[in-house]
Amino acid sequence: MEPAGDTPRVGVDDWVASHEARLDQRGGFAGLARKIDDRVPAWARLAVFAGFAATLPLWMGRGDLFVYGIFTLIYILLGLGLNVVVGYAGLLDLGYVAFFGFGAYFYALLSSEQYGIHWPSAISFPVVVASTALLGLVLGIPSRRLLGDYLAIVTLFFGQAFVVFVNAANPKVAGTGLTGGPNGIADIDPNDLFGYELTTRTQQFYFLLFVVVAVLAGLHFLNESRTGRAWRALREDPLAAQAMSIPVNRLKLMAFAFGAGIAGLAGCIFAAVLTAVTSGNFALPILITIYAIMILGGIGSLTGVVIGAIVINVSFQFLAPENPQNNARVLFYAVVMLLLVLGVRPWWRLGVVLGGVAVLGFAANAVVEAISPSWTAGAVVEAGRLGFISDWVIVPAGHDRFANAAYITLVVAVLTLTRVRGWWRTGLLIPTVYLSAIVWETSFVEQPAVARWILFGALLVFLMTVRPQGLLGTPRVEIV
Amino acid sequence: MTPLFEFKGVTKSFGGLTVADRLDFHVDEGEIVSLIGPNGAGKTTAFNLATGIYRPDSGEILFDGENVVGLQPHKITQLGIARTFQTLRLFLNMTVKENVMAAAYGHTRSTVVEAIFRLPRARREEREISQLAEEKLAFFGQRLAGYRHQQQAYNLSYANRRRLEIARAMATNPRLLLLDEPAAGMNPAETHELTELIGRLRTDGGYTVLVIEHDMHVVEGISDRVIALDHGVKIAEGSFEQVATNELVIEAYLGLQGAA
Repeated sequence: MEPAGDTPRVGVDDWVASHEARLDQRGGFAGLARKIDDRVPAWARLAVFAGFAATLPLWMGRGDLFVYGIFTLIYILLGLGLNVVVGYAGLLDLGYVAFFGFGAYFYALLSSEQYGIHWPSAISFPVVVASTALLGLVLGIPSRRLLGDYLAIVTLFFGQAFVVFVNAANPKVAGTGLTGGPNGIADIDPNDLFGYELTTRTQQFYFLLFVVVAVLAGLHFLNESRTGRAWRALREDPLAAQAMSIPVNRLKLMAFAFGAGIAGLAGCIFAAVLTAVTSGNFALPILITIYAIMILGGIGSLTGVVIGAIVINVSFQFLAPENPQNNARVLFYAVVMLLLVLGVRPWWRLGVVLGGVAVLGFAANAVVEAISPSWTAGAVVEAGRLGFISDWVIVPAGHDRFANAAYITLVVAVLTLTRVRGWWRTGLLIPTVYLSAIVWETSFVEQPAVARWILFGALLVFLMTVRPQGLLGTPRVEIV
Repeated sequence: MTPLFEFKGVTKSFGGLTVADRLDFHVDEGEIVSLIGPNGAGKTTAFNLATGIYRPDSGEILFDGENVVGLQPHKITQLGIARTFQTLRLFLNMTVKENVMAAAYGHTRSTVVEAIFRLPRARREEREISQLAEEKLAFFGQRLAGYRHQQQAYNLSYANRRRLEIARAMATNPRLLLLDEPAAGMNPAETHELTELIGRLRTDGGYTVLVIEHDMHVVEGISDRVIALDHGVKIAEGSFEQVATNELVIEAYLGLQGAA
């Protein structure tokens, strides 16, 4: 080999060479997240995740463990399967949720009074997973020559066809009662692990945690193997991959089958935990949620899927209409605060904004109350410990028209905010933040079901603007 | 002696446009042969035909005596023909080392199950591929050394991308390397370095090389033999001097005025 000194120095690119060093210097949350992502080895991350998750049943109630713990783990499993198909192999599969449904229904058929079959899950789990993977393979065969949008359309059709089929295959129509139609299948056997039935939430949680950890470890190794690299190569450039001795079609089918198998496994566990399945569990909103999980976390990143699932499921359950409205309120103020902390630099400018908002609020409240007490007489819904809010925002007694006007003013203010720079922006930010608090307290707080979607959407839009690659994804570069 | 690689009467047309017209040429084992011709002469098409991206309308393409027409591109690569792309088709969002390691797919065998459970064969193959990749990248000296292994391919400069394309092709363990304009976009010093490198591909690497090149200094510096194409037809073949002074070649490059 040539000694390094002998090669001409021409073309040695210092900027490229210092790329990593520059990334290291990057401060703030993004820089910190990157460092953690780079420096902490995969097994340590897995250990932290598993160790923390294992403590959940010790301090969570049964209901909380179900909606926060078990659901999050199922979402993680679904996200991991989708990540193989979309994140690694780059195949835009919009029928993915049907594999989840197929797994759940198939397990239900093998473990309920529907046909009086009660297979032990040590047999039914592998059978269902293998069949779902086979279904993925079969669907992949006609789809394997389709690219991008066309593949998305065909798979979306399949996903919808599954829901229609499940709804239609009821006793009256098909004469067999295959899927129970819109009523679904109830009284499904719980998961019996070699004769030991997992009936409590804690048992189910630990079993699921074990499965998730095993799948995470397996996928990590797979990603670092010849197959994983071939999948990613195929995602980057199928033609070049084929010219580099990679059998592209076979690998596409493998990715389909693999992703479907994981979805089938998630379906089995889902059906066994819920002990009932209906077609609504496998419809489009779930697909969108799984995609949101993967995109939020960063496509192609295993840690990203875990974090995405936690963030999305926890915030979603947290904002569920059954929960106290204060949850949504806390989250709302937390998000506003987070946006300000992330977006306003340097820190003293942030101080000016926060101080300004507080002062403006109390001053405006006092002035308005002095002029006409009825303008601040509106009840602030269940403020609890945040009771001071009623002295801060303006909530008039009958506030429908006021709320609408405030909402429109807020939209105008936000739009104006994007057009101005420097101190003008800082100055305008103060009333805008205050206005958003008024809008929240007068309209959204009373409609938590709507508010959670709006909050959720705003969060996603914000994140995608700031970090298009997702929390832990690497930025994708396309150079033509 | 049968040549390592041979085009026998290969014809290919797209609609009315004939891009390869009864092409006959061969490359012997251990040779470095250049393919030249003006833009649109059918040079890259010849590569696409050889690697199975296009299928010829008629004729045979023989590699080591075996007809490769109709084989899938990855099969042809596994037989021992690897190429680089004129337009640079790297796996941009993978690291430099992964780009090279991915190309070892064809000569590794461990299955998905072996990979997931890290069974002995998967571990051994991983070590071997990693070593292979480092070896191939070391071919380029300091250019693709050390810290660059873990850089995403899109971070590389244009010239380094060309080098990485060659390293990736080498990782498929080929006998014949098809290089499509390896010097395009390089400055004179880099072009000179590349000329030496192509020579080393034969002496150190043991590869037979067929190269498409526009830079006549490179062509003169490396070629045992030069083949000139125009409109899909072979118009001249021989040593660099013979081809460079051939009237048809001058006409193809400069038009009739130049020949007069």
